[in-house]
Amino acid sequence: MSTEQEQDPQDRQIRCLVAKVGLDGHDRGAHVIARAFRDAGFEVIYSGLHRSPDEVVQAAVQEDVDVLGISILSGAHNTLVPKIMDGLREYGALEDTLVLVGGIVPDDDKATLRDEGVAEIFGPGASMSEMIEYVRANAPER
Amino acid sequence: MTDGDAEGRSAPAAPTDQSAVEGLVEGVLAGEHRALARTITKIENRAPGYRDLVAALHPHTGDADVLGVTGSPGAGKSTLVDKLAKAYRDQGLTIGIIAIDPASPYTGGAVLGDRIRMASNVGDMDVFFRSMSARGTLGGLSTATTDAVTALDAFGKDKVIVETVGAGQNEIDIVRTADTVAVLVPPGSGDDVQMLKAGILEIADLFVVNKADLEGSDRTVQELREMIHMGSGTSTRRGAQSGHHGAGHHGTGAAGGESNGMGTETDAAADDPEWEPRIVETVANTGEGVDDLLAALDAHREYLVASGELDQQVRDRYAAEVRTLLREDVHALLAEEIENRGGIDAAVDRIVARETDPYTVADELIAPVADCVRERREEE
Repeated sequence: MSTEQEQDPQDRQIRCLVAKVGLDGHDRGAHVIARAFRDAGFEVIYSGLHRSPDEVVQAAVQEDVDVLGISILSGAHNTLVPKIMDGLREYGALEDTLVLVGGIVPDDDKATLRDEGVAEIFGPGASMSEMIEYVRANAPER
Repeated sequence: MTDGDAEGRSAPAAPTDQSAVEGLVEGVLAGEHRALARTITKIENRAPGYRDLVAALHPHTGDADVLGVTGSPGAGKSTLVDKLAKAYRDQGLTIGIIAIDPASPYTGGAVLGDRIRMASNVGDMDVFFRSMSARGTLGGLSTATTDAVTALDAFGKDKVIVETVGAGQNEIDIVRTADTVAVLVPPGSGDDVQMLKAGILEIADLFVVNKADLEGSDRTVQELREMIHMGSGTSTRRGAQSGHHGAGHHGTGAAGGESNGMGTETDAAADDPEWEPRIVETVANTGEGVDDLLAALDAHREYLVASGELDQQVRDRYAAEVRTLLREDVHALLAEEIENRGGIDAAVDRIVARETDPYTVADELIAPVADCVRERREEE
């Protein structure tokens, strides 16, 4: 049994959860991102609309994703994101999950979200390739 | 002896030593979701140490009932699995679900959307739902699925459901990891049922005509019935071609057949009461028919236990698993050897130039392995 057929960590598959949280029903952006991530070779789990923070945490923990992309266009990020972060912390998943937020986030709130542990915030106009590169570069080593 | 080369490659990554494996095993056995999730990731990635991990979990398995659900895209698998999970939860059972979706053969990427349908069990951590992509590893998917089932079993899940698109050999291999296989058939043209004949009939223990509220479902049920009764006699998937008598002498008796052949007084192999695939009609959306499905699943379970087929299945499965692992291992070993001898391209060049032929190349590669094995055997 000297031939462990094991994968080189270099070409490790990146898994992402693209999550729509809260009440806003604007999921075009999330769809576009999910597709772009897929085409970049990531495995993407899409949460569907109107998820509660608990559901997002459940999905992120069970799916053991490297990257959690939260799409919020309702302006409720200051309420919803911390709840998700707390949940991830509770399950010991906060440290090695790269949390990204996409949507309309005022500059003032960005610092708050970063303090919460959000790695990066992508607003309107962020380019797809920029995001994919960011994920590739920052997906946590496990 | 096993970690030698793996350690070298993954120096900066997370520790892959014995203690990490032990930590995960402890976590899984203690019911930590995070540890279970990470274990499945390791299994999927074939990360260093995953073999030790699965090996360490194996002694703690054997208690979960495994159900395979397959069917064409859009048949309603995920929705039905969701409702099924809910029903089991109401009985106080814990559930593990593995949902497998196709991956792009070009980029390896995938959108795994089955989770969206899991609406009845959101926030319930005792339903452990895991999406897996059918990554391009040759034959590796069924191994990964088997191992993931092992992890869920060791974790203590009462029921494990494996859900996959029924679109080929790969999927058939996957559902073979299950004790009971349910094939979903959407109502529609007879052509669908025609198509099912190729392969799917043999693996189904139950047919679920989902979306039974739609037009054409009666017809689909009818066609399935005919197919089951007139079929070639391979009504069970382990399908010994034992003479299936009574082809078609009862035209429409299948759906109700609650008590057919359940009373196994003799388990003389010669005259085993064969399991006849049942047909259940459901409307997964509304949950209609889910009780019938549960009853049919339980009945099949009883049959498996009473007939001794369950034990046989388990044995067959382990035998198949060992063979698969050996195939993969030998394959990897030989791939290494090919590399060592200048790569497959060099060999192909010589074959194209008619300097040699594929058989000779294969012989040359396998010879040292064969020699070594035989030598060892003689030493013993």
